[in-house]
Amino acid sequence: MTLTRTLATAGRVLRQLGHDPRSIALMLVAPSLLVGLFAWLFSDQDGVFDQFGGPILALFPFVVMFLITSITTLRERRSGTLERLLSTPLGKADFIVGYAIAFGFMAIIQAIATVAFAVGVCGLDVSGPLWQLGLVAVIDGILGTALGLLASAFAHTEFQAVQFMPLLVFPQIILGGLFMPRDQMPDVLYAISDWLPLSYAVEAINAVTAADEGWDLWRPVLIVAAFAVGSLVLASLTLRRRTR
Amino acid sequence: MMTMDAGPPAVSIRGLRVRRGRTDVFDGLDLDLPAGRITGLLGPSGGGKTTLMRSIVGVQTIDAGSVSVLGAPAGSRALRRRVAYDTQSASVYDDLTIAQNLRYFGRVIGASRADVAHVIAEVGLTGREKQLIGSLSGGQRGRVSLATAMLGSPELLVLDEPTVGLDPVLRENLWTLFRGLADRGATLLVSSHVMDEALRCDDIVLIHNGRVLAHTTPKGLLRETHAKDPDTAFLRLIERDTPASGPPSSAPPASGRPASGTEVTR
Repeated sequence: MTLTRTLATAGRVLRQLGHDPRSIALMLVAPSLLVGLFAWLFSDQDGVFDQFGGPILALFPFVVMFLITSITTLRERRSGTLERLLSTPLGKADFIVGYAIAFGFMAIIQAIATVAFAVGVCGLDVSGPLWQLGLVAVIDGILGTALGLLASAFAHTEFQAVQFMPLLVFPQIILGGLFMPRDQMPDVLYAISDWLPLSYAVEAINAVTAADEGWDLWRPVLIVAAFAVGSLVLASLTLRRRTR
Repeated sequence: MMTMDAGPPAVSIRGLRVRRGRTDVFDGLDLDLPAGRITGLLGPSGGGKTTLMRSIVGVQTIDAGSVSVLGAPAGSRALRRRVAYDTQSASVYDDLTIAQNLRYFGRVIGASRADVAHVIAEVGLTGREKQLIGSLSGGQRGRVSLATAMLGSPELLVLDEPTVGLDPVLRENLWTLFRGLADRGATLLVSSHVMDEALRCDDIVLIHNGRVLAHTTPKGLLRETHAKDPDTAFLRLIERDTPASGPPSSAPPASGRPASGTEVTR
């Protein structure tokens, strides 16, 4: 892995995105619209948005980045550019980390926009510092990118890639503690949710909104980060220089 | 005029076996490609041209045999800068401009900005650098892909049907370009199913059904087959080969055989 090639790849991915302003607008505006919809839905019920608004901030960057990354990398696999790149000195890690940096950067901008909208416009009540909320949202976005890179290796068409969304993402949303606190779930489901990264993403967000500090906050954050790194490593193992 | 030095071959293939599904694409193929020359890889589609090129570049999983390129095993790390591959469909980013595409691949292989401008000029796209690839014609996209393969002056260029779908003027220009690259010492392997292009190469390899039917020079091809033009020469070679390998009774008379026959005669 070399820094120039990794950064060249990240820059290239961002330049591609730069020629697609509509996608950028969707990435930045869509999560805020959905957060706004939630705030409006619960506007007559005191405190409900404060309870659900946070975890939703964890969800959107994750889902959006998962979709964007899995489709973009799948396109790269199918157009022949990935094969061409792998016949050059480019390392597999250069490719994977380049993507992670590019979409991680987009996740940062998206997190700033969404957190600002949720707190400033929708009045989300956050007891902890705002930068922590942003940080957790960014790490969730990177987790989505990492899982998207991994998922794209198992899809042969865009249609299949989109189908991974309900398969990989929905169970995590259902078991992640958003609908029901995890400790009230049946034992088996609770045990399963212990192995799903989004559970820790929601836990981290709840820690920030409750102004928890120290290990209560950083433990889930580190677990989410570890899942992201693990997925990136697995994703780079799925890249093959030789194919049939 | 022609450099006929008997140096070591640029590519040396021994006993290559590649399976796809249950059938063999190659079952024990041997081939040497001389260095510093343009070798034309010709034959009907589906005969194994692309698989052979992929094996030489080192992106094809092979089942047996050895492929040695410029003295190293095909696909080894040392070769990734010395061998360039241009796939049949242009492998470029449609949502980038010509310049952005080439600059990216240039940074990956360590080519300079001057080199980027140079290859754009070589394929005749100077002045269009800021155009999005997605807005180009098919022929122009193909030339961007070709320019990408030329970055960093590779010693071996493997080009899969680079002239398909181009008008005669552009095709002429590209062959002049290939000749220039070979004159500077590069080895080129260029595939085509347009048989007339055979006459532009130094050497010709005809593959059909996964076997090398002929490895000769353009003159040698016409002489050996007593043909006046390459189309006839190839048809004769394939006809000579067909009865031995499979009786026509096994193929449906109207659809099977003639399909590959039309391909050869265009």
